[in-house]
Amino acid sequence: MSTILDVRNLSVRFGPSVILKDLSFEVAAGTTLAVIGPNGAGKTVLFRALIGAIPFDGQVQWAEGVRVGYVPQKLDIERDVPITGHDFLQARVRIGRSDASAASAVARSVGLSIDAWRTPIGELSGGQFQRLLVAFALLGDPTVLLLDEPTAGVDEPGQEQLNELVHRLQHERGLTVVLISHELTVVSKYANRVLCLGRATAHLGLPAEVLTPEALQEIYGTPVAFHSHDH
Amino acid sequence: MPLDALLLAVVTAAAAGLVGCFAVMRRMALASDAISHVALPGIGLALIFNVHPLLGALVALVAGVLLIWKLDEETRIPTDTIIGVVFSAALAVGSMMTPQEELVGLLLGRSRPISTLEIVFSLLAAFRVVTFILRERHRLVVSLVSPDMARTSGVNVRRLNLGYLLMFALTVALGLRHLGVLLMGSLIIIPAATARRLATHLSQMLTLSAVIAIVTTVTGFALAARIHQEPGPVIVTLAAAVFALTFLRRRA
Repeated sequence: MSTILDVRNLSVRFGPSVILKDLSFEVAAGTTLAVIGPNGAGKTVLFRALIGAIPFDGQVQWAEGVRVGYVPQKLDIERDVPITGHDFLQARVRIGRSDASAASAVARSVGLSIDAWRTPIGELSGGQFQRLLVAFALLGDPTVLLLDEPTAGVDEPGQEQLNELVHRLQHERGLTVVLISHELTVVSKYANRVLCLGRATAHLGLPAEVLTPEALQEIYGTPVAFHSHDH
Repeated sequence: MPLDALLLAVVTAAAAGLVGCFAVMRRMALASDAISHVALPGIGLALIFNVHPLLGALVALVAGVLLIWKLDEETRIPTDTIIGVVFSAALAVGSMMTPQEELVGLLLGRSRPISTLEIVFSLLAAFRVVTFILRERHRLVVSLVSPDMARTSGVNVRRLNLGYLLMFALTVALGLRHLGVLLMGSLIIIPAATARRLATHLSQMLTLSAVIAIVTTVTGFALAARIHQEPGPVIVTLAAAVFALTFLRRRA
């Protein structure tokens, strides 16, 4: 399987503090890499380095022709900002100069409701808002999806639907998925490989190797209750 | 009422209404008010060196927005604090540099004859601002929701921010004549804040904001002539009154 992302000796510093140090990993095309770790371990910083939003040392090499769809961590949008789901998706269509009907087709495929189309995005429920962000990312016809805690702030049934949605899209479109998640059950269910970022160390491996009580305790610093299920 | 002054005030209002929408949505309402203050030392210097005050104002405004842009992009210093300090200082220094008899007019705006050069500059500048906002509104929307999503959509966020701030500076320069350095920020913010309360989607907000700015400007000029006041304070009072009226209407 070809490598779609090759990260070598990635380091990120904010002033004197080192957020990421000498991180190296590869992602194979069409697979799912889950990034886990405690808060402050630099998961979001890693994503921002991957999309070139912050300066870093080392190398981030995407394969030729890669298009990245980025779904950021829960955004804080004021309720009364008059930007509707339609405005937001239409903006992406106009930026990409794609077909105007693309927005409604993608909105249907992620299960965005008609209401969400007309509602200011700050008033959308957690689940509808995340679907809107996924729809936005899909409008760029991505080959890779970067998802930063896509189910944070979403109720339980909604979380499962979103995870299923991402899995289905990955299957339909042959996407590579890199996912930040705190849901270890989800990680063990969907990820091919897991990158576990600790404050001092990083582990990369198969879910069965990384999601062991000993490894998790080392990374999180406290015992983490997690039982993996065989499937 | 001099027609050329009214025409310029109307195109200025259109530009202010449109630019203001993104200022209030980007939560830079207070910053935008402060930015206009930096024009005063520019005008003061222009008067000392005997060049057109508008040129001095424009140079100072561009320097001001470049400072904000640099700070925002390259440092982690809270922009609010810097703006509060630098731009208030600019107002203080500027008021010492300006002849006392000119000061009130520069702060609050004053009717005075307009040169052909000023008319041409203002029409071109207003046209530039309006076309920028209308053409870039999609990029501006995405980058205000999430700069990172904008980046991965191929938007050069840094350049877009700079472009927007320059249009902001240009808009302030347009209104200095009749609104002064203290009131111009209000014409950018108040109609947009009003439109934000009433609108349900983006193009409605842009349209409403421009219309409210234009209507309050024209009404303000007419009313000012009747009650023998300078138009600037009357326009801003009217705009604030319209904003207050929106509280009578509950959003559906």
